[in-house]
Amino acid sequence: MSNLFSSSIGKKLVMSLSGLFLIVFLLLHMVLNMTVFGGAETYNAMCEFMDTNIFIKIMVPVLAAGFIFHIVYAVIVTIGNRGARPVRYRVQNLSKSSTWESRNMFVLGLIVIAFLVLHLYDFWANMQLQHFVGGEVAESPYDLVVSRFANPVVALCYIIGVWALWFHLQHGFWSAFQTIGLSNQLWIRRWKCVAKVYAWIIALGYTAVVVYTYLCL
Amino acid sequence: MSILDSKIPEGPLAEKWSKHKAAIKVVSPANKRKLDIIVVGTGLGGGAAAAALGELGYNVKVFCISDSPRRAHSIAAQGGINAAKNYQNDNDSIYRLFYDTIKGGDYRAREANVYRLAEVSNLIIDQCVAQGVPFARDYGGLLDNRSFGGAQVSRTFYARGQTGQQLLLGAYAALNRQISKGTVKSYTRHEMLDLVLIDGKARGIITRNLVTGEIERFGAHAVVIASGGYGNVFFLSTNAMNSNGSAAFQCYRKGAMFANPCFTQIHPTCIPVHGTQQSKLTLMSESLRNDGRIWVPKKKEDVERLRKKEIKASQIPEEDRDYYLERRYPAFGNLVPRDVASRAAKERCDAGFGVNDTGLAVFLDFSTAINRLGKDVIAQRYGNLFQMYEKITDVNPYEEPMMIYPAVHYTMGGIWVDYNLMTTIPGLYALGEANFSDHGANRLGASALMQGLADGYFVIPYTIGDYLAKEIQTPKIDTSRPEFEEAEKAVRQKIERIMSIQGSQSVDDIHKKLGHIMWENVGMARNKAGLTKAISEIAALRAEFWKDVRVPGKTEEFNQELEKAIRLSDFLELGELMARDALNREESCGGHFREEHQTEEGEAKRDDENFKYVAVWEYKGQDKEPVMHKEELVFENIKVAQRNYKD
Amino acid sequence: MNLKLRIWRQKDAKDSGRFEEYTVENISPDTSFLEMLDILNNNLIHEGKEPVAFDHDCREGICGMCSLFIDGRAHGPDDDITTCQLHMRKFKDGDTITIEPWRSAAFPVIKDLVVDRSAFEKILQAGGFISVNTGGVPDANAIPIPKADADESMDASACIGCGACVATCKNGSAMLFMAARVSALAKLPQGRVEATRRAKAMVAKMDELGFGGCTNTGACEAECPKGISISHIARLNREFLCAKLKD
Repeated sequence: MSNLFSSSIGKKLVMSLSGLFLIVFLLLHMVLNMTVFGGAETYNAMCEFMDTNIFIKIMVPVLAAGFIFHIVYAVIVTIGNRGARPVRYRVQNLSKSSTWESRNMFVLGLIVIAFLVLHLYDFWANMQLQHFVGGEVAESPYDLVVSRFANPVVALCYIIGVWALWFHLQHGFWSAFQTIGLSNQLWIRRWKCVAKVYAWIIALGYTAVVVYTYLCL
Repeated sequence: MSILDSKIPEGPLAEKWSKHKAAIKVVSPANKRKLDIIVVGTGLGGGAAAAALGELGYNVKVFCISDSPRRAHSIAAQGGINAAKNYQNDNDSIYRLFYDTIKGGDYRAREANVYRLAEVSNLIIDQCVAQGVPFARDYGGLLDNRSFGGAQVSRTFYARGQTGQQLLLGAYAALNRQISKGTVKSYTRHEMLDLVLIDGKARGIITRNLVTGEIERFGAHAVVIASGGYGNVFFLSTNAMNSNGSAAFQCYRKGAMFANPCFTQIHPTCIPVHGTQQSKLTLMSESLRNDGRIWVPKKKEDVERLRKKEIKASQIPEEDRDYYLERRYPAFGNLVPRDVASRAAKERCDAGFGVNDTGLAVFLDFSTAINRLGKDVIAQRYGNLFQMYEKITDVNPYEEPMMIYPAVHYTMGGIWVDYNLMTTIPGLYALGEANFSDHGANRLGASALMQGLADGYFVIPYTIGDYLAKEIQTPKIDTSRPEFEEAEKAVRQKIERIMSIQGSQSVDDIHKKLGHIMWENVGMARNKAGLTKAISEIAALRAEFWKDVRVPGKTEEFNQELEKAIRLSDFLELGELMARDALNREESCGGHFREEHQTEEGEAKRDDENFKYVAVWEYKGQDKEPVMHKEELVFENIKVAQRNYKD
Repeated sequence: MNLKLRIWRQKDAKDSGRFEEYTVENISPDTSFLEMLDILNNNLIHEGKEPVAFDHDCREGICGMCSLFIDGRAHGPDDDITTCQLHMRKFKDGDTITIEPWRSAAFPVIKDLVVDRSAFEKILQAGGFISVNTGGVPDANAIPIPKADADESMDASACIGCGACVATCKNGSAMLFMAARVSALAKLPQGRVEATRRAKAMVAKMDELGFGGCTNTGACEAECPKGISISHIARLNREFLCAKLKD
């Protein structure tokens, strides 16, 4: 393992493992969000469960670490890679050879981070965080969600964030498997296909919650 | 006895090499470390030699003009490499490969050298497989073979249409391994501009660093030249743009004699010339003749309509097609040797049956094979070649036949070497296409790769020891000696002279003129009047060069025009030497066809009584006539016969 | 056809360089791109100007010497070819063509459009070989190799070392170049023996030389004149990570 994480592939390994971990989290989070369709009682019960479950309590710092690793290494990798081309091309046409999202993962990541900050400030700070710090927890998380999404600007911000994530996943999902080495000429196509399906599920699932809350509640 | 001692060992043919190996001296590992060897060129010959000599423990310095040893023109060989493995059980043997090579070379090669080549051919395949060369395999996991011109057995090993590339990558990898170990030091973008002799022995070279323009000196106990052929004397050839004869020519100028300079191979399957701005000709692999059938229309009116583009080739019915190779040479058909196929194409085009607007093209048709085997099989075999053809010509060869025409491809002639591959200068060796030894007057397909690797991996590592064993007392060569001083001064003067002309013609302008003279008079068909004319025209053109060439830029910088000018100055002398040799050889043999010497059917007429020798030229000074020496060829094991590919 | 050319001119490695504009006239569509540059250079020489330096050699797409970033793409606006195989029929009369050298920290410009690719040499010298000496090897047919493996090795081994992957990659990464070599050898039993050592040594060398890392954009595969698949990069990653886990 010596020097693994200082090598270019090692750094990408961190990106890919943390990314896959976050991908799993995204699905879980989405399923939990969907309890909003079950009404206030269901949703609040879910929140109650999540706030008090010991496993979740352990996982929260792990999740945070996942985010931090993913972001910190993204910055390291991006800065390193920009240094590899000190003089840039006058004309460069990459649209023929690669997808837009694959070239703009860092920018997409920044949008997702902005969204994440907003999201943490809006909800998490008033819900789960308070359990850790022993502060005041929102009485009805359901009402909090409904009231926030009633604001069209907030709802739109969330939707933009979610679709940035859609782009990010289109590339990030199969790219993670490529980096770990679990890919070949056949599986590269399969992973790309799975990535597409997954990205759509995630994006549509989250969007549905926002739209439903905004329009119907 | 001639002044040329070929040092062919005594004894029966099949035992010569092993007896010789047992008899020659070896150098102990401790002494190898003290000996320096310079290798010029990094193709299959030079790359393999540098790697193998490095493995043995010598200090090797290897030079190439490109930015990497991997760019050497060996990389462009497409079809394959011959070996007498007899994996196909078709009764192949070392003797048969030897026989085919001698016969293919029209009985103008040395028996002993060719037999050794056939003998080590099998080792080459083993070595390459061990290095990780991905040869084509069958489903059983064993190696596959294909057939090539001039052979009735399948003995050609191949890696798709990129065999040369794969073999070179193998040698290059072996070289890289030695470079990382420090036994070999690589000098890329360095061009050898002179050979340095001390007390009559080769002791070093003068180079120009092509990036900085610096002139540098390198000393060694022995110098190995593996700089390839000089086909670019014709300007248009299948050789790479930077391939040149300068390193070999410097050796000639310094006393290494030059053998059979006129033996040039014209390859039958190249993409025809399309215009005056063309810079080089592209070869389509000979392997295409395995499945492609060569033809021209039988009727002149079809030819006319083809030229006017009123009809397509595929619209000409079967009965109106003249498959002239199958007609003339039923036994070998489309797989006759290259010289025969080239001349047959020229004959048809001269008779007015050329199928494109210049009248210089014949068809290579795959429709029969596609019908028989299916498009997929053909695509698998030749896909990359078909793609290449389409990219260049914009014609899809799956639907319309390819158009091909012969082009200059390879030079069988080269620096004269003895059995040990040593030139007439002690301590100077020549390998691969740079020497003359194995292909006689015509090289068979898939034999160039074989010779390069044989010389590099399996001959020079042994024979150079015999010479170096006597040099173990010689200290490191001091490059501040007056011999180096003088050689460097001469190189600087030559460059300054070229730069000072600042005339009105570019290097290419003059090179094209030279190419034209060569192709017209010293090309596929030669005659006395043309050759005499060529000699005087080249001399005049040389004078024009030294008066009127224009080389922009400076000496002490990256200057591609200067590189080209230096090479052209040597081509202008080599061209004349080729014409002189062709004029001297009053016979037709292999790639050398003298119109005065042909049979009634237009086949080459050899004259064994008077010309069964290697013509070896000795340099006598600029603008002085060189002197020819003869090395008589003795055939003890083969009955010399007229080549017959008819039955 | 008549064309306007916008070409990067740079005297030497120290010069900062600039674009200059030229025109060429009466170019046949059947002319190759490099022949068009030959024509330009011949004109420049006759005008008493300095010709444009560019690398080229075999002009049949195999030596890997030619480079050029043409109108924003490595080896120009056609697929699966090198610049020397690009023909002018891919352009339109009156076009302005921008020609730049490969741009990478690891490939410094030598002059005009010529760059120094010796970093590739160093990567291969770090381990791109099988450690066998000449002679003393088994018969070529002693070890059968499944056709599929030999074919895949050949696919990877088709790399010509031109550097288009580095030139086109937004990160200037040499991963495809290196992966092609690692994969070509790893697929053969002969190369398996030192596969782990090779992967580690070559990756370490690549990182040291100033190439960027791989972010799997796949541009290298799309612009590779030999169509080498990025699945070889996956194999390299696998080889490298397995090797590191064993350390």
